[in-house]
Amino acid sequence: MKRAVYFLPLALAVVFVGIFALYMQQINEGKDIKALETARAGKTIPEFQLPALKDADAQFTREDIIGQPTLLNVWATWCPSCKVEHPYLMKLAKEKGVRIIGLNYKDDRQSALSWLEKYDNPYQFNIFDKDGRLGFDLGVYGAPETYIINAQGIILDRHVGVVDEKVWEQKIKPLLEGNAG
Amino acid sequence: MKLDPVAVPRQAYLAQLLLALILPGMLLLLDSTRAFAVIETYEFEDDGQRQQYLELSETLRCPKCQNQNIADSNAPIAADMRKEVHRLIGEGKSNDDVVDFMVERFGEFVVYKPKLDASTYMLWFGPGVIAILGIIIVLTMSAKARKKKQQQDGPDPESTLSVAEQQKLNALLRDQDRD
Repeated sequence: MKRAVYFLPLALAVVFVGIFALYMQQINEGKDIKALETARAGKTIPEFQLPALKDADAQFTREDIIGQPTLLNVWATWCPSCKVEHPYLMKLAKEKGVRIIGLNYKDDRQSALSWLEKYDNPYQFNIFDKDGRLGFDLGVYGAPETYIINAQGIILDRHVGVVDEKVWEQKIKPLLEGNAG
Repeated sequence: MKLDPVAVPRQAYLAQLLLALILPGMLLLLDSTRAFAVIETYEFEDDGQRQQYLELSETLRCPKCQNQNIADSNAPIAADMRKEVHRLIGEGKSNDDVVDFMVERFGEFVVYKPKLDASTYMLWFGPGVIAILGIIIVLTMSAKARKKKQQQDGPDPESTLSVAEQQKLNALLRDQDRD
């Protein structure tokens, strides 16, 4: 018992190394440690009324998103990572039939439209969020971000950063399948 | 445990020296973050609202930054948050309302002082518990060391005096005082 006390620093060191190793493993697996929790998770997407990217006179509301499992992808032409994830979004939309809705965030309408023409369009439709109004209510703090929404319009989770094969297989697909209902 | 009479002042001296070196640096660091504060021209109805705005923009943390409040950050999201703070204050919202509004969207991360719940117990009580544990360990270890030393030195001569010897000693001491 008396000796046990002398091993305490060693035990503490082992615990700290363990915690450190755990974090390192998560980082190596591609976890973004700077990503914040999804404050809106479990709640319905906030109400909004915003114009379509294609047609300034057309308006979208929350009802247009609700109805089937959906990825709401926050993107902009000023965002380099958005270009990186674009081919995979195309694949998801075309090959896997995933419903992706675009939230064009703090962008220039004309540049956004020519981007879609140039690189093809994975989105069912695009909401034009010029001032980041809906983005703010969702808790968007950068781009790209992808909100995973079930058929009832409830936010299951979001992914901060590029969506790729790994993110789809490990995070998004299980969520959508578990809540397809 | 005997303390070396020379070592104590030296330790105290070193501690003071260290403090004298570190403290100005820390103050400088505090001051330098203030120098970068973003200046925006929001108008307020009265000084109370202006004060509220300044207070809130210093207590809300920018979600995009490593560790900056929204007053100090140039990130677009911080600018949006300042705009919202200004709007909410204009609507007559209290500080708590504004903080709740931000937490609802960006989570507990935006407040420097997180609320007390199951997920933050470690944060609130961890350091205190570790400090108390440390104190207990140090105290028990030093108590044990003292006891061991006493055993090695043999029994305390004072405690070996018989009652009669003690009385004699006391008498001698009294006589000495009188002289």
